[in-house]
Amino acid sequence: MNTSAKRALIPLGIFLALAALLFYGLQLDPRKIPSPLIDKPAPEFSLSDLKDPNQTLTRDILIGQVSLVNVWASWCPSCRQEHSELMRIAREYGVQVIGFNWKDTRPEALQMLQRYGDPYTVSLYDPDNQAGIDWGVYGAPETFIVDAEGIIRHKRVGPIDAQVWAEEIQPIVEQYRKGKS
Amino acid sequence: MKRLSTTTILAALTLSSVLMTTPARSFTLEEFTFEDPASTQEFRDLTSKLRCLVCQNESLAGSQAGVAQDLRKEVYRLMQEGKSREEVIDFLVARYGDFVLYEPPLKPSTLVLWFGPFLFVGFGAYLLARTLQRKKAEPEQDLSEAERARLQQLLAKTGDQHD
Repeated sequence: MNTSAKRALIPLGIFLALAALLFYGLQLDPRKIPSPLIDKPAPEFSLSDLKDPNQTLTRDILIGQVSLVNVWASWCPSCRQEHSELMRIAREYGVQVIGFNWKDTRPEALQMLQRYGDPYTVSLYDPDNQAGIDWGVYGAPETFIVDAEGIIRHKRVGPIDAQVWAEEIQPIVEQYRKGKS
Repeated sequence: MKRLSTTTILAALTLSSVLMTTPARSFTLEEFTFEDPASTQEFRDLTSKLRCLVCQNESLAGSQAGVAQDLRKEVYRLMQEGKSREEVIDFLVARYGDFVLYEPPLKPSTLVLWFGPFLFVGFGAYLLARTLQRKKAEPEQDLSEAERARLQQLLAKTGDQHD
């Protein structure tokens, strides 16, 4: 090929590169905002237990084992959608799943657990988004993986299904479980 | 009759669900007032420069999302405590990331974002200048009188064909 023909291909090359870049951009979900809390200690909190209003729960419940902290609410349809998967994860893998009941009311939240089962070791009750802001929560469901030292290792925005568990969550959970032993 | 009643029930259900999902009241900035008007202005200015994370195309000042209201309250509380504008911004960025800012900060990962456009404009200007330079270098060849006549003839012919 002579040089002028080669030169004519340059715009095509630029176009293809730009098209590839933009096409990649289309695949990204603008709703998934990376959390600045990754690899940082989980924020302190002091919230009441969803089931027992007199009980105060703090960050200490996260220390000692790898936990999933699942932000949920009874008004959130995607939370109901992932509920059975959380039940399965807690049952089959023995992962401590901490509920983070967010901007909800106690009766409605309890009703949902009664109706669909309770995958949570314990549920924090945060009706006024007190701790939610410290955790950078902006919607439900969101799920954090917190290691045994209480450090946030991953944040999942959106519901968890079997595929998300197997491909995204489980490898990280296993990694930090191994790291401990 | 049964059909009618089902439709009525459906309509009632739809209507009630629409009514129930509508917020009981809309949020305004009225409740966030400070003793001095300058702070009130500062609050409005600041919240209009922060992004609502749920709706993304709205500022914190304008959004009707519940989370936006929570964050407005938080910003209000921090300002009442006497926190500076930078401290409020740092507070939110530490929790939600640079995403809450409409203007991303200048740092290595945002260099392309800030200076990429200038790079493109510069490259375009270079290409334009080069092309113009070349055009200038080769003198325009004027047509002779005979060629001009021939051109007119050809143009007239193609015109006919299209008619």
